[in-house]
Amino acid sequence: MATTAEGFEAHHDDHAHADHKPGFFARWFMSTNHKDIGSLYLMFAIVAGIVGGAISGIMRAELAEPGIQYLYWWAGASEGDLAAAGHMWNVFITAHGLIMVFFMVMPAMIGGFGNWFVPLMIGAPDMAFPRMNNVSFWLTVAGFLSLLFSMFVPGGGGQGAGVGWTVYAPLSTTGSVGPAVDFAIFSLHLAGAGSILGATNFITTIFNLRAPGMTLHKMPLFVWSVLVTAFLLLLALPVLAAAITMLLTDRNFGTTFFDPAGGGDPVLYQHLFWFFGHPEVYIMILPGFGMISQIVATFSRKPVFGYLGMAYAMVAIGVVGFIVWAHHMYTVGLDVNTKMYFTAATMVIAVPTGVKIFSWIATMWGGSLQFKSPMVWSLGFIFLFTVGGVTGVVLANGGIDDNLHDTYYVVAHFHYVLSMGAVFSMFAGFYYWFPKMSGRMHSEVLSHVHFWLFFIGVNVVFFPQHFLGMQGMPRRYPDYAEAFTFWHEISTLGYWITAASLITFFVNIGYALFAGKQPGNNPWGEGATTLEWTLSSPPPYHQFETLPVIEDHHDYHNHLPAGAQPAE
Amino acid sequence: MGLILDKIGRIDMGQHSRLAMGRVKVTLLALVALLGAMFAPAALAQDEAPVADAAVVETVEAAPAAASGYTPMAPTIDKGMPTDPRDDRPGAMAKSLTFQDQYTENGKYALWMHNVFLMPVITIISLFVLGLLIYAVVRFRRSANPEPSRTTHNTAIEVVWTILPALILVVIAVPSMTLLARQYETPPEDAVTIKAIGYQWYWGYEYPDHGGFEVVSNMKKKADALADGEPYQLAVDNRMVVPAGVPLRIQTTAADVIHAFSVPALWFKQDAVPGRLNEKLLTIEEPGVYYGQCSELCGTLHGYMPIAVEALPMEEFEAWVLEQGGEVPGADVAQADAEEAPVEVALAD
Repeated sequence: MATTAEGFEAHHDDHAHADHKPGFFARWFMSTNHKDIGSLYLMFAIVAGIVGGAISGIMRAELAEPGIQYLYWWAGASEGDLAAAGHMWNVFITAHGLIMVFFMVMPAMIGGFGNWFVPLMIGAPDMAFPRMNNVSFWLTVAGFLSLLFSMFVPGGGGQGAGVGWTVYAPLSTTGSVGPAVDFAIFSLHLAGAGSILGATNFITTIFNLRAPGMTLHKMPLFVWSVLVTAFLLLLALPVLAAAITMLLTDRNFGTTFFDPAGGGDPVLYQHLFWFFGHPEVYIMILPGFGMISQIVATFSRKPVFGYLGMAYAMVAIGVVGFIVWAHHMYTVGLDVNTKMYFTAATMVIAVPTGVKIFSWIATMWGGSLQFKSPMVWSLGFIFLFTVGGVTGVVLANGGIDDNLHDTYYVVAHFHYVLSMGAVFSMFAGFYYWFPKMSGRMHSEVLSHVHFWLFFIGVNVVFFPQHFLGMQGMPRRYPDYAEAFTFWHEISTLGYWITAASLITFFVNIGYALFAGKQPGNNPWGEGATTLEWTLSSPPPYHQFETLPVIEDHHDYHNHLPAGAQPAE
Repeated sequence: MGLILDKIGRIDMGQHSRLAMGRVKVTLLALVALLGAMFAPAALAQDEAPVADAAVVETVEAAPAAASGYTPMAPTIDKGMPTDPRDDRPGAMAKSLTFQDQYTENGKYALWMHNVFLMPVITIISLFVLGLLIYAVVRFRRSANPEPSRTTHNTAIEVVWTILPALILVVIAVPSMTLLARQYETPPEDAVTIKAIGYQWYWGYEYPDHGGFEVVSNMKKKADALADGEPYQLAVDNRMVVPAGVPLRIQTTAADVIHAFSVPALWFKQDAVPGRLNEKLLTIEEPGVYYGQCSELCGTLHGYMPIAVEALPMEEFEAWVLEQGGEVPGADVAQADAEEAPVEVALAD
């Protein structure tokens, strides 16, 4: 361990017992420990992911054949009651979208991995505001409960909010009578508030609690990615909060922000929503970029290629992400110049994204690659994210989007970047850090089986959806014309493969927790050079009582103390 | 009529053979198609099927001779509707992998741009990245390359992979901007105005230039659709009948929530927003039936408010208008113009 910086020692004298843990309730319900809160977030995300994934199972089963198969039963309606079935469907798509975005990806990426590893990687004892960290988590849980509750109260055509994750007015105002939509909106308020608090916490932590000598340009890229993400959250979420608050007052207090009868405009809501919504999709993928950078460097035994380019590509993606929102609204009746601008601006994003893809490959180039589970998930990520990215370039063209807008092509596109991009990076991160978090080694064989089944499964689910979209199959339909049957059948087949792969994931976790070997400080060898690998697995309850010091000889890649340098 | 019976027969046969085919063949077909789509997407250009052409002629001939009663035109397979890959016709699988054939000039331009620019570019980029990954995996695996290099910078290559994608995007931007400019051309003054109004959950088509009557268009029941040889969930009871070959001014709006008027074979999609009147030029090149569906989530029966556009030669369209109780402007307009002219002169004085 490096020498202690003068002045920090006195402060840490208070904590004589690094591993003194509070009792069960105090530890898990009133937690102020970033690692425990990170674990809570991860467990929460897994639970939410199971719920959201089960809902997609219902949807894929329903879509396997034309006609309504299961929705009558779910709606508790009689056979032939299309309206009830249709509402049930809309509730499912709404819940699936909101759960996966707000209660699965965001909590896992930022709340889970961010909380766990940002303080460890920058050599900090904890987050800057530990108690606020706890509030962030429980607000997210409360938001999830509010969303689940909304499914059991009236929402217009039946129980639940059937408005889509975008909650467009006027369907979400005059179009949906009953408290369900209010509860769904309130759930976004709660989750959004939790995320804003979390974002301020990360920004403060990263700016103020870096170990002595760790300049911004020596920070690991994962920390950079969380920093950029936190800024996006901080700037985008208040706009969402404003938009959905206006929805609430339109619904309940007679305002007409989005009602043309009172001088309002339904399209205004879309502008506000997507001003948040587009940065949101980068919020979901940027931490993944960070994780992939760490993992590819580790398993190539090579520093990441073009570090500054990688860091500032993320900054550029974040900045440009704020000025492309209307590409989600190409068909609302935009002015031609507006549409041209958004087409051009959207395509620009491909440039920094390309820099990242090529830099990951260049990191591998000349490396000494080892195909441990995190690395194979990263390789899968790089390819599938590319495929999702290039269909994004197609959709960026406003004139082309006229045909593809709101079709399955869009569904395929955003599942390639999220269900494959974000989720692959999360599994990569999970297998990378699970031994560190749990002190148990998972089975590499099972995680490879998991990878291959998942890789095949999601491709079979989503690749055919490009065809459906180009043929004209619209999104958010519970039923379809006979001609679309074939590719829907295949798509549903893929769902079962994907579901089977998740069984291997859970078996793997179970195996690790009950029979996994102790991985030691660093199971991944000399390529793993960030600070978390200097600690035990799991790390002590309070780490870095003696702050690590980043010396002049340290670069952005290697933060290990002098004695532990990898052989040149 | 023979064609229709043929088609129904084929659907039945298709179902039988599908059962026999079994899942193995389904999966194999899918894999073949996936591979096909990965490696030869640009080749899926729009081919003019002679069968389809013959059918058009037949259906046009089958249509009533001018003013003596309108019967809905029979739809043509592969025209204005999705293609079922399970059909035994040659090329059905390939057709199901890409866009529907296009029947507007802008649609053809957009399809050309997609097939000639976008699809090759994105296919090459994806395969290029895949190739680099596979090469790196094989060449730089630990057993083949035990000592990693320490290279972390190469300014030249970093500049190249920043500039080159930017240049590719500039190239794509040329047809993209052209397409947008064409799509936003203002309809000429004599364009036929049709106002599509979205309701929960059906469409209304208003003809303001023809006496302002409104056609209410609901989805056909399954039995009726199949009996009429139309695809269920695309077929409607009263179609949006329009003249072919002349500019149309399509206006969209909605009465309750947002809907979207969308017809894939015409490359046309425009939201119907309450309190707004969106307008766009549409010129359908030839007579035919073109199906579409509501494309903005609009509540419980969002999936059940299809769109069917029937383009007819002008005389037949006018006959249809008269049958609906509308008026054909024609002579009236000429008269009105003549009356208006002196007024304008007077004002100018």
